[in-house]
Amino acid sequence: MSKLSLTIDNQKVTTEEGTSILEAARSAGIDIPTLCYHEKLAPRGACRLCLVEITKGKKKRLVTSCVYLAEEGLKVETESEPVVKIRKMLLELMLAGSPGVKAIQDYARRYGITRSRFDVEPDFCILCGLCVRYCHEVKGKNAIGFVGRGSQRKVMFFPDIAAEECPKCGECFPLCPTGVIPSNYALAKLPHFSYDNIRL
Amino acid sequence: MPRLKSAADLETRRKEILARRDPKKPCVTICSGTGCHAYGSEKVAQTFMAEIGKNGLKEKVDIRRTGCHGYCERGTIVVIFPQEICYLRVKPEDVPEIIETTLVKGEVVERLLYEGEDAQKIIHEGDIPFYKHQSRIVFGPNRFIDPKNIEDYIARGGYAALAKVLSGMTPEAVLAEVKKANLRGRGGGGFPAGMKWETTRNAPGEPKYVIVNADEGDPGAYMDRSLLEGNPHSVLEGLTIGAYAIGASQGFVYVRQEYPLAVENLYAALEQARDYGLLGENILGSGFNFEVTVHRGAGAFVSGESSALMTAIEGRVGEPRPKYIRTAISGIWGKPSNLNNVETWATVPLIIDKGADWFNGIGTKGSKGTKIFSLVGKVNNTGLVEVPMGMTLREIIYDIGGGIPQGKKFKAVQTGGPSGGVIPEKLIDTPVDFDELNKVGSMMGSGGMIVMDEDNCMVDVARYFLNFLSEESCGQCVPCREGIYQMLKILNRICAGEGRSGDIELLEELAEVVRDASLCALGATAPNPVLSTIKYFRNEYQAHVKEKRCPAGVCKELISYYIDPEKCQACLLCLRNCPVEAISGGKNLIHVIDQGKCTKCGACFEVCPSRFGAVVKLSGVPVPEPVAAGTEVKRKTRGEK
Ligand SMILES: Cc1cc2nc3c(=O)[nH]c(=O)nc-3n(C[C@H](O)[C@H](O)[C@H](O)COP(=O)(O)O)c2cc1C
Ligand code: SF4
Ligand code: FES
Ligand code: FES
Repeated sequence: MSKLSLTIDNQKVTTEEGTSILEAARSAGIDIPTLCYHEKLAPRGACRLCLVEITKGKKKRLVTSCVYLAEEGLKVETESEPVVKIRKMLLELMLAGSPGVKAIQDYARRYGITRSRFDVEPDFCILCGLCVRYCHEVKGKNAIGFVGRGSQRKVMFFPDIAAEECPKCGECFPLCPTGVIPSNYALAKLPHFSYDNIRL
Repeated sequence: MPRLKSAADLETRRKEILARRDPKKPCVTICSGTGCHAYGSEKVAQTFMAEIGKNGLKEKVDIRRTGCHGYCERGTIVVIFPQEICYLRVKPEDVPEIIETTLVKGEVVERLLYEGEDAQKIIHEGDIPFYKHQSRIVFGPNRFIDPKNIEDYIARGGYAALAKVLSGMTPEAVLAEVKKANLRGRGGGGFPAGMKWETTRNAPGEPKYVIVNADEGDPGAYMDRSLLEGNPHSVLEGLTIGAYAIGASQGFVYVRQEYPLAVENLYAALEQARDYGLLGENILGSGFNFEVTVHRGAGAFVSGESSALMTAIEGRVGEPRPKYIRTAISGIWGKPSNLNNVETWATVPLIIDKGADWFNGIGTKGSKGTKIFSLVGKVNNTGLVEVPMGMTLREIIYDIGGGIPQGKKFKAVQTGGPSGGVIPEKLIDTPVDFDELNKVGSMMGSGGMIVMDEDNCMVDVARYFLNFLSEESCGQCVPCREGIYQMLKILNRICAGEGRSGDIELLEELAEVVRDASLCALGATAPNPVLSTIKYFRNEYQAHVKEKRCPAGVCKELISYYIDPEKCQACLLCLRNCPVEAISGGKNLIHVIDQGKCTKCGACFEVCPSRFGAVVKLSGVPVPEPVAAGTEVKRKTRGEK
């Protein structure tokens, strides 16, 4: 592996080829917000919070730092004006969809967002896909997955596989930034209860 | 059928086919594209077969089912050669008369001809105004060819470009020709095809793939479908030439499952091409091998995006991938993969055949050749039109489209599909050109063109497209999933009369973030309908938000129907037609709409005779107090206005 160096927020950072900008920044103690990144998983570029501005020659461009690989001589700004503007809006959007999630509240506070201008329709899941990807990429199972498209997209346990796999695993539970998975899992188990045992 | 073993073989075969065909022999061509099929073209074709048999003309007349002619609204289209007599809206019951009059007596059936202004009849297809102003170099052959018969394609010089390439051109020379032609992709971005080919050709990694994008998910657009249905060999020939230039031996056609005729004709074409030695091993004896696999996608709009499409071909869910390395370098299974649109591929044989200089002679400085558009909406002639780049929107809408129906006023044209933008009347002289359309806030896209008149509400238009995009977003990234959803919610409330001050600015602010932060081009272009309508029709947004008024009278929550008591003639028409019985009154009694019951279906407005014009649409003003029940009408006397 050959070494390369780049500039992140005016700081010279040396890293290995094949490292993402995000990993390079973190190794240098520069904190870029993320909600869908996990070191064991392939980057998915879903939350877009980790967007940074890169300069190559005269051209500036916004890229997701979890996906974009560090390049020799690259200039990176992690808190430039366009970046911050985007992050604020993304956080407002997420606050409208998942107002009760601590990870989002914390980032919102960091960027000075106190409320969302959008109508709130509270849900917990932020669709970061960490659980889905962990189950697929690390465990090689697909007990949990996405269903639906667009604003109807949801994460669901697939009961047949989940009934088999999840009781002995549960490794995705702590990954969830919202903590909602355990309760979804409890719900998913419901069909396996027998109504005969319930006294009304 | 013996395989063709060389370019010379192909030419010999072509001459044989032509020798077998008498150009003077009458040939009845029946359009059997999807549009005409829906009008019953198959029944027309079968009636022709049966009746010709009865008339003892079986040996004397040829019958051919062809692909779409583009003028689908006038289907079923029947053209009789060699005179090129064009009959429109042909029904099975018209067939005996056509045979008797045209095929037996050699005369025309006047009533089935196109009728132009001043009731003038037009006999030849090419003279009809809809066609006269087009340059149908890519789409035109559709009307001569039976897509299920490779001989029709060969007879017209088909596969000669491939033969030329394989018998005398190096891959580098082919690539140079396509680059010189400045062919830009017809599927959306307008990226130079030659440059993309070169990238894939030079990228490390084997095998390399070439792919046809026939996902075509834009609502209302069907140019790729019609081309693939009507002339599949032109697409395959282009693809094979591309494969040779790029160094690929495997191709894919990604076609949506919902296009059954395209799939059927494609399979038939592949089989025949293989039989003729134009596909498979050792094509035309050149030593070049190329195979094509069809991948049927379950029509999702987002699957047409390049990384999503390639993921789908790999057998995974067709969703865009967050990669900064282009698919031309790392595509299907990480191998260099060159994707082009149906129309882009179909243009390639023409460039090889006639040369890059010929191609460069058509179009504008930055956009060469022709483009097929799907012209729909408020225009007199709708259908598929092919025009040279650089033709103005005005020429397309007025000369080809025949203008706006019912004397209404043109308002705007939406180009580029759901994530394109609207172009207002003051910019109607904009030429169709990749860069010019971008400059005015819209895009070429794959060629959708929706014409709108004064009765279209621009906020409602933006809402319609955002609703489509919100459903079609794959939903993996936040700005696209949540951002489009919130834009849609704001538009919904503006249309419902619940717009708040600051909504327009919030839309703009959000739109920019969705554009800049989304993972793929769906999200990046989704704000176009919002931004372009605000840019050109801000006052219309303001009327909705501030005055709770819909200037076009479209948004239901912002309009009321009211019967002017001075004008009502108590004809009972509206009263009887109201589906919810919201209208009271009676013979000689002024009719009154109960605003509480009215569902704003507009039935009364439609049926009120124009000479009375008593039912009016109100927006932004209070509905006047109704007259007392049982008030008698004031009769108009003769001569009084
Ligand atoms: C959401 C989305 C949908 C698309 N759908 C299509 C499509 O249906 N057909 C198509 O040819 N290109 C489509 N594209 C463009 C393709 O990604 C790609 O640019 C194109 O097929 C390349 O071919 P071309 O260079 O010949 O235009 C779509 C792009 C996006 C972002
Ligand atoms: S921009 Fe939209 S369609 Fe593209 S990846 Fe993001 S959510 Fe999916
Ligand atoms: S962490 Fe990079 S997009 Fe979510
Ligand atoms: S299908 Fe017949 S003209 Fe289009």
